Amino acid sequence: MSTLFPTVLSGPAPAVRAPELLRKGRQRMVLAGLSLLLVLTTLLCAALGAYQIDPWRIPLLLWPGELSMADAQTRAVLLDIRLPRVLLAILVGCGFGAAGSAMQALFRNPLADPGLIGVSSGAALGAALTIVLGTTLWPDALRVAGIYAPMLAAFIGALAVAMLVYRIAAARGRLALPLLLLAGIAINAIVGAAIGLLIYVASDDQLRTLTFWNLGSLAGAQWSLLAVATPVVVFSIAALARHSAALNAMLLGEAEAMHLGVPVQAIKRQVLIASALCVGALVACTGAIGFIGLVAPHCIRLVCGPDQRVVLPGALLFGAVLTLAADLIARTVAAPVEMPLGILTALLGGPFFMVLLWRRRGQLGL
Amino acid sequence: MKPLIDVQRRLLLGGSAAGLLLGALPGLAFAKADAANPPRRVVVAGGALTEVVYALDAGAVLIGADTTSTYPAAAQALPKMGYQRALSAEGVLSLHPDLLLASADAGPPATLQQIAAAGVRVIRLGERHDVNTVREKITGVAAALELAARGKTLLQRFDSDWEAALAAVQKQRPAKAPRVLFILSNSGTQAMVAGQETAADAMIRYAGAINATSADGKGFKGYKPLTAESAVNCAPDILMIASESLAAIGGMERLLASPGLSLTPAARNRRVVAGMDSLLLLGFGPRLPQALTQLSAQLYG
Repeated sequence: MSTLFPTVLSGPAPAVRAPELLRKGRQRMVLAGLSLLLVLTTLLCAALGAYQIDPWRIPLLLWPGELSMADAQTRAVLLDIRLPRVLLAILVGCGFGAAGSAMQALFRNPLADPGLIGVSSGAALGAALTIVLGTTLWPDALRVAGIYAPMLAAFIGALAVAMLVYRIAAARGRLALPLLLLAGIAINAIVGAAIGLLIYVASDDQLRTLTFWNLGSLAGAQWSLLAVATPVVVFSIAALARHSAALNAMLLGEAEAMHLGVPVQAIKRQVLIASALCVGALVACTGAIGFIGLVAPHCIRLVCGPDQRVVLPGALLFGAVLTLAADLIARTVAAPVEMPLGILTALLGGPFFMVLLWRRRGQLGL
Repeated sequence: MKPLIDVQRRLLLGGSAAGLLLGALPGLAFAKADAANPPRRVVVAGGALTEVVYALDAGAVLIGADTTSTYPAAAQALPKMGYQRALSAEGVLSLHPDLLLASADAGPPATLQQIAAAGVRVIRLGERHDVNTVREKITGVAAALELAARGKTLLQRFDSDWEAALAAVQKQRPAKAPRVLFILSNSGTQAMVAGQETAADAMIRYAGAINATSADGKGFKGYKPLTAESAVNCAPDILMIASESLAAIGGMERLLASPGLSLTPAARNRRVVAGMDSLLLLGFGPRLPQALTQLSAQLYG
């Protein structure tokens, strides 16, 4: 099969043409540039924050050993507050970027987003249920899970919705994407109504907790949380990356991909489950943070073309850079007050989405 | 103490869940070390606690407060740490406090944990809406600031003021307790009414009146949206509203003309209590006796 579609599936073509070579060079340059940018952004985000830390003293602070009282606090801020937050930002950016690019390839639509099939809403419903009804519905679970209860519930909600949507859209090993989309719309509507109902019965305190959860924030970043979320996200990204070549083939059309020997149904199923896992785990950690999964892959595709083997790592890196930058703004611009991250990503992402729609008007026959 | 931090750091770096439990330890250790000398840099999240600090004449130690700390005027000049329920760990720590006085509403919980883990003493005060909670706030803040003697004086003054306020209520209240409906409106669009277990409900009961939403043996907890028909059903004799809410609604005439409310005895007789801001009326701080006296005067005057 590699002789039939060499450039699409794997390995370099026997005779690579000049523009193709140019494109390969540009792709490599973009990925290298993004990696470098990610390293720089990470360092910048680790050094800057509401709490003033002299960047040159950071190595000294990180060096294990005796410290004065003030330095011990600085070290605690650096290690227990800022570092987990920076890492969570990277995790969120990578996860949403990877899930977004895989979903866009799967649906063959650059406007697809992990929220499309209702997974994010499922997570939001889980969290809302715990915040509003947790003390009446599952008090024992609340005692065990403590402050992680909304996160746990969000994760369960995301998985439950993913399973439900899958049940609706799949039968005998086949998965109908249009059905999946429509089921996602229905789920989004139902979840919207359910959350509305919860808002209606919520007490004042619960309402405010719910509102802040919905705005999304990385402020909950803690090592223990990262320890749980990282394996899930890394595993999901690995699963998505494994199918990059197959997703490329599926861009030609499902029938065509099947004729090329790609196990289309299995890949659709695995990409869907991996995306749901990834998004569910992340939304559970941070609340609703929109647009990263939409914007990052699309930018990479505009620059590098639609090859999923480039878009996925590119979106991963760019998503992380975007999230880091947005969170840096969120926690420094109004310090000591903190802005909700969800507001910032929506403020940046919304106009971008509009420009995207405007540019695609031609393709939609306008 | 120092080795503790190192142990904690390694555990947390390992990402172990047990690290979270240990995270509370350095905070406790710091708290004990600090107990010898009074805190010099204090931040407050919660308007009532801020009032207590100023009432103790200890405003000088404050270096930051949240957005609900609107009284006295000096509190408004302090650096603002944002809304008490949405504190930022790094933001609070950037002020380098050695003590955080937090109301029961303050949070999120993970943030308070992080602040404590960074060596700042975190003291939470005030769970309920009653006089004893106010007394706990006064003694608690005084103890935290190591001003126990001043706390005692303030508490004595508070107690005698409270007795006087209750006595005034007893003298003023008529034989038949009026039905009072408390209306909350932050935006001016959707008004809410107070049910049981709210600060407004407690104030109405201290004033010897009846909360109109729970008058007939039914009722609900917390705040619910005001519907025209249920407003008529409640048949309040008096409407009670904080001055901010009245301004948000657009003044007395607008309030009295709103659907449903316009048909109540309160609107017919133009009986509205609206002279207090919400921190005074509902804050349950050291000005509680003053708030009750004013409320009673306006209800029965």
